[in-house]
Amino acid sequence: MTVLQIKNLSLKYGNHYIFRNLSFAIEKNDFLCIVGPNGSGKSTLLKCLLGEIKPNQGKIQFENHSQRRVIGYLPQNPHHSPSFPASVYEVVASGSLNQIGLFSRYPKQKIEKALDTLHIADIARQQFSTLSGGQRQRVLLARALVASSNLLILDEPSNNLDYNSKQEFYRTLEKLNKSTTILMVTHDLDHNNLIGNKILSLDPNLPFFGTTKEYVRRIHAH
Amino acid sequence: MLTSLIEMLNYDFILRAFIAGIIITICSSLIGSSLVLRKQSMIGDGLSHVAFGAASIATILNIAPLEFSIPIVAISAILILRLSQNAKINGDAAIAVLSASALALGTFLISINKGVNIDLNSYLFGSILAISEHDLKLCIIVGIIIIFVFLLFRRQIFAITFDEEFAKAIGIKVQLYNTILATLCSLIIVIGMRMLGALLISSLIIFPCLSALYLSKTFRGSIIASVILAIICFIIGLTISYILSTPTGATIVLANLIALILSWLYNKIK
Repeated sequence: MTVLQIKNLSLKYGNHYIFRNLSFAIEKNDFLCIVGPNGSGKSTLLKCLLGEIKPNQGKIQFENHSQRRVIGYLPQNPHHSPSFPASVYEVVASGSLNQIGLFSRYPKQKIEKALDTLHIADIARQQFSTLSGGQRQRVLLARALVASSNLLILDEPSNNLDYNSKQEFYRTLEKLNKSTTILMVTHDLDHNNLIGNKILSLDPNLPFFGTTKEYVRRIHAH
Repeated sequence: MLTSLIEMLNYDFILRAFIAGIIITICSSLIGSSLVLRKQSMIGDGLSHVAFGAASIATILNIAPLEFSIPIVAISAILILRLSQNAKINGDAAIAVLSASALALGTFLISINKGVNIDLNSYLFGSILAISEHDLKLCIIVGIIIIFVFLLFRRQIFAITFDEEFAKAIGIKVQLYNTILATLCSLIIVIGMRMLGALLISSLIIFPCLSALYLSKTFRGSIIASVILAIICFIIGLTISYILSTPTGATIVLANLIALILSWLYNKIK
């Protein structure tokens, strides 16, 4: 089943195309990594998917037409003051605001399930800003899961994580991928360290969309 | 101090100021949390100067100052919000230009209209005598609106305060809630300016929230702590100003400053 379909997407600033006639599709339980050098348009493409930037032409179609509101999103480097008073539970619960009415309660079961899945139930009462980088990313991933367990969009989630935290985070993503479709923008994957089953490369020297295995073959041939 | 508090509440004008003050402190600390955490505290400061300019014009034109100021300050709040969010212009400088111009205009108009009897100090620094019965009624109505709207949207306000980008991505109408917050802020500024003064009202938005940051780990807890601290500081400040015959606004702000220092110390030694 196709979760996200992009057809002939083009975006330009002035006369300069950020991307041109871009087409790709994500099937259910795919794990697509969008790679490319700085300035290749990875984050801009994400902004188009999130509806923040309108492309000049082309079509973005989600599994159902209203799905833009039920995307689980992990932004790049959310910046908070060190004294920001927010508990882990409050942060994770805020992911459900796209599904509940003004007078409804938070979906407790869904929140607790996300806390358990990401192994952060024991720190639910702790202050978010006092956590380590790896713990924070897991909390924000739990919030994204509460927002949607169908499609997770992650924008460079391993930034500012040390090597061990990064590896642990990727293992968590691989586990989540068994039941969730993932689209991840990243710049720190080299061909020895690829995760996911599909790659979209926005590198102008090596444009590519296909399976990870084929991408590795293409890199070696290149 | 308790005897003085009971004694002063026998005066009608102080009782009015007391009720209005409690409402203003509750409302300002509710909204303050979001503004302070998003580093937008100066919006309150800018708006208070606009409120001063608007109130000066209203007084000279012989129009009810509060009713005249509310729409002007609300529009300015939305304008200031847009300026502070616009990456293409220097938002901080634009806010400073708007607020300084409004303050200068108010002072200029009052000084050239010598026939109009206005106490400039009471506008700038507030006056406990300034709260009429009409003002109190308006204060209660506006206060109920602010508290209701805040409680209704508290979770959305948390979401946009914590991570605006995520909130936008999952479909929360960030711009709408920003506008609501700015409008609520303008209402507090207008109703609070009569008592605290244009120069001091923004401190009621900032101080209790800053103190609460040292006391609570959760957003909900920090708002509750902020409201409680603001009320305590208001009562202490009002009572001391009655006992020592000091300016009410300044005394309340100093009580808040002491609470901030004590909260910081508590946070350091705990």
